[in-house]
Formats: sequence, structure tokens, C-alpha cells
Amino acid sequence: MVPVKKSIAAAGTGRYGIRPGFLFCRTTQRKHDGYATRTQAARDLEHALFGPVGTDGDGPAQVAARLVHEQGVSCEDIARAHLNRMEMLEPKLRSFLPNSVVQGRGTLADVVLEEARGHDRTLAKLVTAEERRRALPLAGVTLGVKDNICAAGFRATAGSLALSRYAPPRDATVVDNLRRAGCVVVGKTLCDEFGMGSTTESSASQLKDVVGGAATTRNPWDLSRVPGGSSGGSAAAVSSRQCALALGTDTGGSVRQPASFCGVVGLKPTYGRVSRFGLIAYASSLDVPGCFGSTAQDCARMLDVIAGPDPADSSSAALPHPPPLSEGGYERLCRQVSGEGGDAKPLLGLKVGLVRETLRRDGTVEEGVLGAVDAASEALRGLGCEVKEVSLPAFDLSLPAYYVTAVSEASSNLSRYDGLRYPAEVEAGEGGDEGFGGRSLMAQIASSRGSLLGDEPLRRILMGTYTLSEGYGDALYKRAQVARKRVQQEMLARMVAGGGECDVLLTPTAPTTAYACGDKELQDPLQMYLGDVMTVGVNLAGFPAVSVPAGMSLGLPVGVQVIGAPFEEGAILNVAHHLERSLGLNLLPPL
Amino acid sequence: MAGGPLRRAPGPLERKANLDVTSLIIITRARTTTRTTTTTKQGRAVACKARTQSATVRALLAATLTRSAAPRDRSIPWHHARSLDWCRPSAACFASSAAAVDAPAKPVSTTEYETVIGVETHVQLDTNTKAFCSCKNEYGAKPNVNVCPVCLGHPGMLPTLNERVVELAVRTGMALNCEVHQESKFDRKQYFYGDLPKGYQISQNDRPICTDGFVDAPTFVVGTKCDAFPTTRVRINRLHIEEDTAKLTHEGQDSLAGGEGGGGATLADYNRAGVPLVEIVTEPDMRTGEEAAAYAQELRRIVRFLGVSSGNMQEGSLRCDVNVSVRRKGAQELGTKVEVKNLNSFSAVRSAVDFEFRRQTSLLEAGRGSEIKQETRLWDEQRMETKSMRSKEEAADYRYFREPDLPFLALRPGFADQVNAEMPKLPREARDDLLGLGLSVADASILSDDLGLFEYYTECVSSGAEPKQACNWLVGDISALLKEMKRDLDTCAMRPQQLAEMCQLIDGGTISGKIAKGLLPELLEKGGSPKELVESKGLVQISDEGELDKIVAEIVESNPKQVEQYRGGKDKLFGFFVGQTMKATKGRANPKMVNDCLRRALDQ
Ligand SMILES: [Zn+2]
Repeated sequence: MVPVKKSIAAAGTGRYGIRPGFLFCRTTQRKHDGYATRTQAARDLEHALFGPVGTDGDGPAQVAARLVHEQGVSCEDIARAHLNRMEMLEPKLRSFLPNSVVQGRGTLADVVLEEARGHDRTLAKLVTAEERRRALPLAGVTLGVKDNICAAGFRATAGSLALSRYAPPRDATVVDNLRRAGCVVVGKTLCDEFGMGSTTESSASQLKDVVGGAATTRNPWDLSRVPGGSSGGSAAAVSSRQCALALGTDTGGSVRQPASFCGVVGLKPTYGRVSRFGLIAYASSLDVPGCFGSTAQDCARMLDVIAGPDPADSSSAALPHPPPLSEGGYERLCRQVSGEGGDAKPLLGLKVGLVRETLRRDGTVEEGVLGAVDAASEALRGLGCEVKEVSLPAFDLSLPAYYVTAVSEASSNLSRYDGLRYPAEVEAGEGGDEGFGGRSLMAQIASSRGSLLGDEPLRRILMGTYTLSEGYGDALYKRAQVARKRVQQEMLARMVAGGGECDVLLTPTAPTTAYACGDKELQDPLQMYLGDVMTVGVNLAGFPAVSVPAGMSLGLPVGVQVIGAPFEEGAILNVAHHLERSLGLNLLPPL
Repeated sequence: MAGGPLRRAPGPLERKANLDVTSLIIITRARTTTRTTTTTKQGRAVACKARTQSATVRALLAATLTRSAAPRDRSIPWHHARSLDWCRPSAACFASSAAAVDAPAKPVSTTEYETVIGVETHVQLDTNTKAFCSCKNEYGAKPNVNVCPVCLGHPGMLPTLNERVVELAVRTGMALNCEVHQESKFDRKQYFYGDLPKGYQISQNDRPICTDGFVDAPTFVVGTKCDAFPTTRVRINRLHIEEDTAKLTHEGQDSLAGGEGGGGATLADYNRAGVPLVEIVTEPDMRTGEEAAAYAQELRRIVRFLGVSSGNMQEGSLRCDVNVSVRRKGAQELGTKVEVKNLNSFSAVRSAVDFEFRRQTSLLEAGRGSEIKQETRLWDEQRMETKSMRSKEEAADYRYFREPDLPFLALRPGFADQVNAEMPKLPREARDDLLGLGLSVADASILSDDLGLFEYYTECVSSGAEPKQACNWLVGDISALLKEMKRDLDTCAMRPQQLAEMCQLIDGGTISGKIAKGLLPELLEKGGSPKELVESKGLVQISDEGELDKIVAEIVESNPKQVEQYRGGKDKLFGFFVGQTMKATKGRANPKMVNDCLRRALDQ
């Protein structure tokens, strides 16, 4: 029995009304008792961490880091507050992979609190807030890691049975960077198998019955709906403040679409801006690690830590350099105010292109979504932007070109899951763990793949194998690459960087709001793929884009997508930041 | 697939595959008893599959994936697993399915037909680390010690190209007179097999680093007389970079190949997975097994002279596959091509081509030309024949596409020039050097065949040895002795300078050739200065005329009878006196001077 935990907090009451001292009563009683008996200080901390975002655009990550840097709150206390919140919300939401800690490493709380204490030990040696900020810029920030990204100490299943017991040998570069910056990994967030899906309903871990809880990941705004996907767990976790930040991956919209569905900011950086090392590949030429935060600023702080070249990833971009941290990095670019416009018109003169093809009023895009785009355009005009329609005729090529490319690469990336190499919970094939059932190795591999991989990966493997096959490769894969080039060139041609007129482009993030769980229509793959229509073009082009909440439709959040020229993450975060402040939406889900 | 019963050993994989990567070995073992499939396990498998997904795809897959026999649909990739492109197992692994026509009984007229041969060679590059990770690249290490998450194909890992690989590939390309491309790209070559950790091999498909070269392979045959090396030109189609696969060892009969009632274990050593290779593909320019072997030998010499590879065929550092087709002489179009693999020596290259020529011509002669199928055949060294391994219908569709994990390979400006400037001596230049020293083509051919021998020889000559004499010693007595001692030039104690010293001792009359020969075993074994050895043993030749005259006089005096006979006209007795003198001097007498002294003493 551990009676109380003494915080390392320094004296004085901070800006967020946090009283240093005894924060938590940790008892061996059941969590809810512990929750009920927590101290006033703990409740204050929770309010600071889990309350609404302030008008200055400071998100929970910024709040947490400031508490640690400036008020001496311990990372451990913050981590524990998040663990409590996870415990409280997980039965409803199911954002996280259960039993994600690698066997033999202890419980989730052991692992999380130990990592937090490690940061506290580092901070204890430092005197000033500035020193602490410089050493661990994201100290006290809790991080959810999408289950297809490797984090040492946690399983990395990518939502697949094929990797259900896979313990990665090392951190992904992005995870390593964030941990070094002070983040505490609080768990692996659920995703569609290998990132292939739009609902987060196909994680293999969801096959197991959970007594008294949700079977699949739920949308915090409406528990009968999905959080979107494939990074749905990350979006739900950030939206519900189970963690302050979360990593996702975006191959065709897997960060932006769930961000839109859950009312958070989701950033997909330029391809090559952030290392893919440690990201379990789906479609290597499209995959990008992405950021989830409650605000654009939180995403900017996260991007500051993970952007840049990585010697372990040859496809990461050496140039241009990310904005130097000494000059404020992406965070400063994000908050930037145009000189002439001042605080009233911080985006004065910025040219925003509304992509006509994404705003068809023929029923393909929901009214509520169109309304949010209108609201965003209006708000942007108010902020000083020039908003006008532009046309991207190649837009309609995006979806087929994307799917041909993605399935082709997926068929290749997934061929290593043959049931022989990585430990899985269920023994492959009918032979059970006693052997191959009298069959040859090849028959065994074939059977393992049939049973270890879910329908969507199998479907994509089949399609991808077809699109790359001799005789079809030229007709499908190579033509898709031509179309891809066209989409890219056309998109660039609209941008100032490519000789066009727009600084950024604006589109809906998704044609709809969050789907209902188990939506029958989505079981038709073509319907599901149509939902990606707004986002896939950006992946084909490799450009950066951010989804930012722009309105509510029937109680569900709606996001808009701001697309920038290559390596212009600063510009789109800047638009997102001012837009979210100007719209002033309350984005705390009613939990 | 008609595979034998296989069992996965209670797995090092299952237990450890995560962190202890060194234990990642696939083991399949023979099952001793047939196991009845338990319904409970099936039930469990079905239960875990019961998801909210359409059953059709899975049903389709289940049907296609586990179907066991041909014919097969081309569009189902899993069958490509059967492609054993990687495979150089013992030929016994494969049941013979050779065409009904075996080695022909009656000799076929070789004048009517000609063979058209192209050669594909894989050469392992002698780098410190592997092609795409930082694991050591070494032959003969304990299995699965030189492995890491990258070369084991762990999820999330990415390849990073070893620059040295590019350098060696460019060097090889230049030596083969190829065009080196400023920009090339990497592709994924995809097929399923236990030796391929990622399910694909990183290779270069449509934009290789080097193309369009040629090799002039010397075709000198010992015993023929010529002033210059006769050569045959073989055009090089391409040279590209790729990674090697894991090495599979089949214990007992192989089930992986789908043999009937197989069994035995298959062990995978991933030390070789990711070792850099260049694949060198020729145009179909060769016409005889002899020429194909000559090309392969020259290629091996080139990579050894370049320091690019050990070129050791037994260790698999250099692996040749030949494409053989037969056509009537004068015909323009090529016949049906057969690829022959598993050639572990140059003589195997020669014999396999010859066998294929006989097999294919006899089929053509018998009017059964249609039975020559485009297929892959394995060379069986024991039986000296090729056996069908897989036919074209089963051939892999490798589904190449650009490797998205690696950017285009663009050479730094000046990179190729720098490689060119540091180009070591090539075998062709070595042969020219040797001919320039006045050696015969036969001698030059032997000395240039091996880089070690050539370097030893050049150093010896540059230390002052007379070229022809040094050549004779090296090619003759020294190589014979080394063979006897089971040593080679690299490991023997005598250095080239010491051989040069020995040659000079002979030239200067200090010792005779015969004495030198007697000293060789000790010199080769222990090294040291031949001069000091000669002196310490008191073997310095007696070349002092006065001393020799004295000895000769004694001999003449003590053999009056023979002297009388000799002077009486029995000239043959001169040899007797030479022998006596040599005996008296223990062989140290200068033979020429002995003759002179004896004549003086006897003919007076
Ligand atoms: Zn390695």
C-alpha cells in the first residue's frame, strides 16, 4: 500500500491554480474509489489538463509542458492523471490496445510511471524553467502511439493477428524523438489493420470479447459512432483527453479523416518531412507519420520535435531544413500574425483556394460538411484572407490512382507476414502449434496468410498483386503513376510555389461526419473508399495538409482540410491556428 | 502442393522472434507420425476468423491458397512461392523429371547445329557490411549471428544503401567496359520463400546501374602455339545491384520443393540475407561450353583482380546460371531457351552446356523439338546431367515495382571518374605485361590466372629476378612443392624478394639450379634469406679454377685405368669423371667449370 505520493512541485500557486504538494491519494482500492478520494490538488490538475482549450490556442500539451516547466508539477502526476482518465474512459471508448505492454515488463502503470519518473529525474537537476524547457520541451506531455508505429516496451500489432505478439526491438524515430523531448508513451492506440480502413473497426484486438465495454473504438462525441480511421484510436484518445498528443499515420487520410470525425487537429506533414523508420509499412510511397493534437499549436510543437531528416530513412528529406527551433520553429510560424493585419486580421493577404471539385452540391458531400466549409471560408475572410474558388480537374483521378498505388505497395509490404516469422496469438492454420498439419511449407504459408490477415488486407493484397502482375502492371500501376504525377503537378500549379495564385487550398476533410458503428453501407468496399476522396490526392502529391475543426453538424464535429505547398507545414498550421481561434468552437466531447 | 509432412519445431520463432533476433531460424522437421487434425483447433481457427467481414474473399482465398496441385491461375501470387529462383540446393532435393530423352546414344552431328549461350552471374561483393544494413558481411560465421531487424525484415525497418556497394558495382561495370549510369533505381522483385525475409528482394529492374559492356575472354588452350592471346568477345547486357537471400540448408529430403513424401529439416541462415551482389547478364554471344567457361573464368579473374569479390564458386561468392538454346547453323532466330542452374565450377559450366546441346539436338533430330520447353533445369554433378526444375508456366511473375524505401540512386559528380582513377590492374593488362616481359602465351596464361600468383611474380621480377627463370620456378618446382605441402603462395614463408634472391644466386653462379631445388622445401617452409642459407650450409658453388684443378688432378690420379681407357677413345667415360668430381665436391662444383677442368686434365 502506497499511501501518498509527494510531488516534487515547487512552492507557489501557479497560473492554472495548481497547488503544489500532495496531489494524489493512490490506494490499492478500486480505481473509482481512488478517483473519488483524490485531493483537491489532483482535481485542479485534472481541470487544467482536461478542461476546455483556452482562447489563446494553448492545447493540453502546451498546458502540461508549462505546468512542468514553470510550476514544477511532476511528469509522474500528470501521467497518473491521464492513466486515471484512461481507466475511466476506456470501457466506453476503447481507444487503446489492451495489454499493450510487452510481457514481463510489468503493468501499463508501471511502465508509464517509470518513464515519467525518468523525465522527473532529468528535470530535478535543472533550476530554471528555461533550462527545463530546453532539456525536455514536451515534459509531462502524454503520448498515444498508433499501433502500427513501433514503441519499445509495447507491442506493435498494427491491428493485425499476424503481429499480435510482436514486440518491436526499438523505437520508431518519431517515438524516440518524442520520448527524448519528454513525452510519456501511455499506450498504443487502435487502428484499422495495417492502417487499411476508415472506421477503426478492424483491429484484430477487437475480436476478443470485452466484458462490459465497447467492442470497437468509439467516437467520444457519440458512442454509437466510429472515430474514423485508420488512426481512430489516436483521434478518440486526444479528443477525450486520454492523452495530450497522439501519433498517427496517414496514407490516404488516416490522420485527417478521424481528426475531422473527432473534432481534433490532425496534421499530415509533407512526405519526407518526418521519418518513417519504425512505421509498419502499408504503402511506403504514401505513408507519413502524422500528429494529433487538440489545437494547431499542439501539433506544431509536436512537429517541431519529429520533423527533419533521418539517416535511417532514405526517403526522408534532407532539404529544406525545418524552421530552426532557436527561432521558434513551427510553433512560432503557427502563431504568426501578418504584419499589416495585426491581431484583428492576422492572415491579411493570404490567398485561399476553395477547391471546386470537392464542393459539389449533388449530395456527394453532406450539407453539414458544406456548411462547415462555408463557415471556415467566412471566418478566413474575416481574418483577412482572399478566398476564391479554384479548379483541380485532375481531382477525380486521385481516388483510382491512389488505390492502385496503395494496393500495389501493400501487396508487397504485407508479403512478409507469412505466419513463420512473427509470433501471433493464434497458432496459424489448422495444424495448430504441433506442426504444419502434414502440409508443405508453402501450403502452410498460404494457409497462415489466409487466417492471420483480415479481409481488407487480403482484398488489397489480391488487388495489388493483380495491378502489378505481368501484363497488367503497365495498364494499371504505371498508369496510376502517370496520374499521380498529374495530380501533383496540377496541385502545385495552383500554389504560389508552383507559379499559381494560392497560398493554401481549402477542402472538406471528409464528405460526411462520423459513420455509425457497423454501417452496412461501408461493408461495400467501394463506398468505404469513396469516403477518402478528399484526402487521397494530397497523399499522391505528397503535400502537407491539416484537418481543423470548423463546425458541428447534428452534434458531430466537422473538419476542413487546409493543404499547403511542399514543406509549408508552418503556413497551414498558421491558417489552422487562427481559424480555430476565430471560430471559437467548444471541442470538449460530452463524456 | 504435394509436399511431405512437415512440422514446425516448437519454435524458437514463436518464443523469441521478438528481441532475440539471432535465434530467428526457421526449422521444419520431419514428422514421424501423421497427426489427426483436431476439430477443436479447427473450431478455434474458425471462431477467431468470425469477423464482421464478407466471407467471400476469405473463402476464395482459402480455396486458392491451399489448393495443392497444378494447374494454377497466373494471377494468384502465392503460387509463385514455388519459384525456386534463389535455390542452389543439392540436386538430390529434386526429383528428376528430365525429358524422356536422356543422354543420346548416337552422336549427333555437331556441324549442323550450334548452341547459343548467355550467362547470368551473381557475384557477392566483398564489403565490410551488408548492402542495406550495418551487419557484418562475412562468410563462414556461426549461423544467424550477423543479423539485425533490417535484414530480418522486421516490420517498420527501412533499408539504407551501403555506398561501398555502389563503388564496387561501378568499378566492376567499368572493368566490363559498361556504360555507368548517372542515375539508376531500385526495384522490388517479389516472390515467396523462406529465404526471403521481406517477401521481396531489393534489386534493379529496368534501370540498372551499368549496361552495354563487353569482355574479351581469352580462349587460349594449352598446347597451341600463338604469339598473342586468342579471345572471344562477349557483350554484357547489364550489371545491376541486388541483395542476397538467406541460405537454406536442407537436411534429408526436401519438402520445400514439393517432392513426394519429403521430410527432413530446412534450416535458414540469415547471415547471407542482405549481402550485396551484382548480377551480370551477357548477351547470347557464346557458342560452346568452352567459350562459356572461358567467359566465366575471365569474369572471376576480373572480380578478383578488382578486389571486388573472392569469386569463390564453392562458397557461392560467384554463381553462374547459363541460358542454352540450340538452332541450326545459319538460322537467325533463337531456339527455345533453357536455363541451367546449380553450376558450382567452370567444368560444370562446360559440361552442362555440352549436355544440353546433346539433349536438345537429339530431341530436334528425333523430330521432337516441341518437347524442348522453356524451363529451368538443375545441373546434377554426380550424374552429369540436367534435370527439369520448373517450367515456364510455373515461372515467377516477379511483379517488379520501384522500391519506395530507397530514392533514385544518383552518382555524385565525379564519382565514376574517381572510381576509374583508382582502378586496379585488370587481367588483360596483366597478360600484356607478362607478354611484354618476353614470356610465352602459355606462361602468361598461367601467371595471370590467379591474382595472388601474378602479384607474387611481378614483385619477384621487380626485385631483380630474371623473368623467364622466375616464371619457371613458380610455375614448375614451387607450385609442385606447394601442392605437396598443401600450402599456397599466400601462406608459404618464402616471399617474392627471397625467390628473386635465389634466382640471382643461380645467375651469379653462387649455386647451381640443382642445389637451389634442394633448398626450396626449407625456404618455402621457413623463409629466410636464400643467400644466408646457402652460406650457412656451405653450399656455395666451387668456381675457383685452381681448387677444381686440384680436385680433378686427384681424381685423374686415383683412376688410372679409366684415364687410359678414355684416352684410348672411350669418350663415354667423360661422364664418369664428371660424376666423380661432383661426388668429391658434394655437388658444389660449378658444372661448366668441371667440364673445362676435366678436359684440360684428360686431353693433355
Ligand atoms: Zn542486418
